Amino acid sequence: MISLIGIELYKIFKKWRTYIGFIAIGVLIPVIQVAMHFEGDGYLKMLTRGLSSAFEFTGNLFNCYLIAHLVLSVLVIHIPFLITLVSGDLLAGEATNGTYRILLTRPVSRFRLITAKYIAGLIYSNLLVACLAFVSLGIGYLIFGAGELIVVRDSIIIFAKDDILWRFVLAYGYAALSMMLVSSLAFMFSSLVENSIGPIISTMTVIIVFIIISSIKIGFFETLSPYLFTSHMNLWTSFFDDPIEWNKVIESGAILAAHCLFFYGVTLFIFTKKDISS
Amino acid sequence: MKYEKVIEIEHLSKNFKNLKAVNNLCLNVFPGDVFGFLGPNGAGKSTTIRMLLTLISPNEGTIKIFDKPLKQNRETILKKVGAIVEKPDFYGYLTAIKNLEILAKISGSDITKKHLMETLEIVGLEKRYNSKVKTFSFGMKQRLGIAQALIHDPDLIILDEPTTGLDPQGMKEIRELILLLSKEKGKTIFLSSHILHEVEFVANRMIIIDKGTTVVEGLVSDLLNSTALKVTFELDDPAKATALINASQWSGKLSSAANERFIFALERNEISALNKYFIENGLAVSAVIPARSLEEYFLNLTEKGDK
Repeated sequence: MISLIGIELYKIFKKWRTYIGFIAIGVLIPVIQVAMHFEGDGYLKMLTRGLSSAFEFTGNLFNCYLIAHLVLSVLVIHIPFLITLVSGDLLAGEATNGTYRILLTRPVSRFRLITAKYIAGLIYSNLLVACLAFVSLGIGYLIFGAGELIVVRDSIIIFAKDDILWRFVLAYGYAALSMMLVSSLAFMFSSLVENSIGPIISTMTVIIVFIIISSIKIGFFETLSPYLFTSHMNLWTSFFDDPIEWNKVIESGAILAAHCLFFYGVTLFIFTKKDISS
Repeated sequence: MKYEKVIEIEHLSKNFKNLKAVNNLCLNVFPGDVFGFLGPNGAGKSTTIRMLLTLISPNEGTIKIFDKPLKQNRETILKKVGAIVEKPDFYGYLTAIKNLEILAKISGSDITKKHLMETLEIVGLEKRYNSKVKTFSFGMKQRLGIAQALIHDPDLIILDEPTTGLDPQGMKEIRELILLLSKEKGKTIFLSSHILHEVEFVANRMIIIDKGTTVVEGLVSDLLNSTALKVTFELDDPAKATALINASQWSGKLSSAANERFIFALERNEISALNKYFIENGLAVSAVIPARSLEEYFLNLTEKGDK
């Protein structure tokens, strides 16, 4: 199985489209960081408006953590698109290229092939989130240094410098789980069609529609919202609550994991019975 | 030999919605056979091959390969099967040798680069081993398709129209390769084709299918040599020729006549006697064109399929 996963990763990283996500993150985040370097004071003032007359802020509030938190909240909505570029192509790409015929006539079960591809897709999703974390925190640290983190939720919370990094580790871990769900969904759609555009569009459509429904706070939509996986995807922010609602985080994490398994199970069911006519 | 039958297909059927692609097909391939699998386009050849390779599932019937049921022994069987199915497609963004290396690894074979290079040499691609497959012509991809079917040294090689897209020299080389694999390496070859001559040249046994069902099956030598020939005689005086034919025992052998062309169903030894009869009665014979009835029958099938 490890050999199969290695082969799938090799194929993924030999394709140009794989690097679009890394390039996008590698370019966009430094641009945000540079912009914040010049305009960051204004952003900080906006966060603390109304409080500066009552409190005096000392220390380095404008640091890599503040920018990493901002970047995560902005990009976690957009990274799914980058994930689908690769995960949506994992099976549909083989159909488009006609390579199912040489792949599925090898002495290896469809179960193992699908599982290897699925795991390779998850690894790619995690690498993309790791890249986001590295560029946001790593490069941010070199430019802005570390300091306290100010977070505006229902109230304003300021975390001490030594109380932040573990929260980011867990937040990125949760974001990775959310992205694995996106990868699983795109992978499932990828098993249904024979071109990779379909899974990309389908996955993004589902996510956008669910996000819109989740954000409409009226009657029926509000009742529906907890049952949509998108409502559980942005719970990485809970790691910046004080105290953290662990039950809520664990429950949402379990829902996301269950969705991943469900989409993988459906893909297995579809693909092991599928007639390969391409 | 280790197996009694290499392939045993019994009452195989496959439907695609309302289309019966394969209909109650039965065939046997024995060890060492070069088995020609003939039929016009749309006859059900590729569907049958896809079922042999578990790409699609049959609706009815059973397939045994190496005397074992395919469904229950898929992986064990496929370890000893090499195949090309329809047109050759590869990972275009990878080199030829990398494609082979990946496919060998997926097969679980511990194959060295030296062995891969030797396989590429067999199909004449050794100089392009490091070129990306997207730069290959169709013919080169077809050769690489044959290479990938050979890399794990299979006992059974299934070739689905392997000469498609090749130039005459390439076609000749593939035919020679099939003979080499069969005669010198002892491989069993299942060769699908819609070209009778191709099969005739290399196969010892063959089957012709049409509309997913068997038309004729047997030894190539029996099917091609013992059948009656359709012989066309071109004669200079049609009216006189018609009168002469009607007045002789040859009228019973006449299949059709149009203008100067008279077609007879004859045994091989009757051709010269009929030719002599026409000449002795003052007719000029401008041409004698023999065609085997099987060939004519197959051509008719192919033409119908193409239409």
